[in-house]
Amino acid sequence: MSDVDTIETTEGSGPQLSPRQTLRRVIQGDLTSLRVVFGLILIAIIFQVQEPRFLSAENLTNLMLQITTIGLISVGIVYVLLLGEIDLSVGAVSGLCGAVMVVLNVKHGWNPYLSIAAAVAVGAAIGATQGSLFSRFVVPSFVVTLAGLLTWEGALLQVLGKTGSLNVTDPKITGLANIFYSSTVGWVMAIVVVVAYALVLAIGFRKRVAAGLADSNPLPLIIKFVAIAAVIIGAVAILNSDRGVPLALLILLGFVVVMEYVVKGTTFGRHVFAVGGNAEAARRAGIRVNGVRVAVFTISGSMAAVGGIMAASRLFAVNQNSGGNELLLLAIAGPVIAGTSLFGGRGSVWTALLGALVIGSISNGMDLLGLSSPVKLMVTGGVLLLAVLVDAVVRLQRKETRAA
Amino acid sequence: MSPDQPLLQLEGISKQFGPVQALDRVDFAVSAGEVVGLVGDNGAGKSTLVKAIAGINSADSGTIRWQGQEVSINKPQDATSLGIATVYQDLALADNLDVVANLFLGREEVSPGVGSVSRRLDEVRMEHEAGELLSNLAVTIPSLRSEVGMLSGGQRQQVAVARSLLGEPKVVMLDEPTAALGVPQTKQVLALIKRLRERDLGVVVISHNLADVFAIADRIFVLRLGKGAGEFRASEANEDQVVAAITGLGGNGRGGAKAVAEKLLEPNTPDAPEGADKPSEGGTE
Repeated sequence: MSDVDTIETTEGSGPQLSPRQTLRRVIQGDLTSLRVVFGLILIAIIFQVQEPRFLSAENLTNLMLQITTIGLISVGIVYVLLLGEIDLSVGAVSGLCGAVMVVLNVKHGWNPYLSIAAAVAVGAAIGATQGSLFSRFVVPSFVVTLAGLLTWEGALLQVLGKTGSLNVTDPKITGLANIFYSSTVGWVMAIVVVVAYALVLAIGFRKRVAAGLADSNPLPLIIKFVAIAAVIIGAVAILNSDRGVPLALLILLGFVVVMEYVVKGTTFGRHVFAVGGNAEAARRAGIRVNGVRVAVFTISGSMAAVGGIMAASRLFAVNQNSGGNELLLLAIAGPVIAGTSLFGGRGSVWTALLGALVIGSISNGMDLLGLSSPVKLMVTGGVLLLAVLVDAVVRLQRKETRAA
Repeated sequence: MSPDQPLLQLEGISKQFGPVQALDRVDFAVSAGEVVGLVGDNGAGKSTLVKAIAGINSADSGTIRWQGQEVSINKPQDATSLGIATVYQDLALADNLDVVANLFLGREEVSPGVGSVSRRLDEVRMEHEAGELLSNLAVTIPSLRSEVGMLSGGQRQQVAVARSLLGEPKVVMLDEPTAALGVPQTKQVLALIKRLRERDLGVVVISHNLADVFAIADRIFVLRLGKGAGEFRASEANEDQVVAAITGLGGNGRGGAKAVAEKLLEPNTPDAPEGADKPSEGGTE
């Protein structure tokens, strides 16, 4: 009771937050991703000290190619996590859809674009089916997608047939992960993106000021803009000094930006957060909760398919291991490491990218150092555990802030 | 609509759940600019009555008039479209969303565009409108962008009440709005209810706390065992009279000895009149 009373007295003094409270809110809210960025820098320093090739342009370009598949699958996983659900089938779905594309293209002579579209459609249909089963029959998503994992692994073996492995040579498909743009194109893209970003921020800011809303200090926006612009320009400079900006990275970034916009900027995205936060409240507010659930699992299945397509393109082949091994767990771990809650309602699509970078850097660095698989797995496990613990500590602090 | 005609008028409302007669020919009315306290013991039928009005469990028989016209309320949307908003005790807020998002949940405002993806949420307009609504109601929250989960109980209650006003209802029903709130928070919520009355809304407040009811209600309507057990003008009645009607003790002939025995089965009812305790204790021995 005394806690509650304390809150009331501070409220009485006025609706404005003190600078200290604001600072605390920033640290616990927006700066979650900054924490991950510091983690990334730390990882980079550790590996760079032991292996100078780690931060070379060539290795950083390789890193970008390596994280494409995990990053794309994680984009879908973020949506599922925001609902407070889990999709264990994404690894198997990515393998199956990659195989569907390759088999249609190679064995049946389909047009490459049609094969890609068919593969994404298969992923979407699988996701929609699992989402419907989960929401209509109120079966835990864990179980439905675990059944899916087994089923789609079986389907992968079935689709591949007796050969067990299939190479793909169609340049339209292999190009997805193997096209690099020239320096000029890279710089033009960088400038366009930076200018567009500046415009979006400026227009949004002017609108807020025009509406007379508080917190219209432009400084945080300017800092944010400068930081992001620096990252974009720096990344293009590094990539240009090697093979150039890879198409695969653009595909990943494109999906991240679009899906982040959908989840933060549209009614549908708002409803995803609402269902993840309080499904009953969402239902009473007139939101079609089951519709949202089916849509989210459809997105997850589709993104898994896109990830599988990129994996097949990068490796020039699909085989019985496609989408297997630790791909599923890393795709889920990534967003969680970068701050998307496992319990629903909190997170962003950017965490898919940041998480993939963290996991990709560790894996890449350990490969460079020539560490063995057992060590790599254990280190990755340790990092995941550490990230979840940090997240838990922050959440506890958040609760204490509310109580104090 | 004549000025003194009630906004909402219920006549002879009955509702049965299996063998239990939850509501038995209840007459109830709310007028514009009036706060009606709906009181009664546990199981007296308060929630059933509210649910009948809100369209969650429609009544078996009886008539409902809205601004003099007979209407039927069979589902929640019927009540909402007439202009009846209900704030349930659990508030139905999404703790992970901020105040603006919660206020506009399910009725988000979007910029014009083609297709649902290009119609961007109009955060600026929603925040602006939310700010106006809350300042009109003199609701104090740290920031419109605070997560609702970080707010105090009283602030959450106020956000939930404010949200119910976005549909521009004429009648607002509040289920136990002050339960589990501290003293200063209760004050804030009661002040908010008074401001609803100033906006000429009809307000129905369900409460166990007679002190709160007397603080805000113009009229107090008592339910006992599913029946109307008395109606008081708050300015002319005292707590003892209302307690007597709630428990069935006292002069209106509806209770008597039976009610005394029942009263004993509810030992934690806090406001039992002093005189009632001793004879009833004797009665059960």
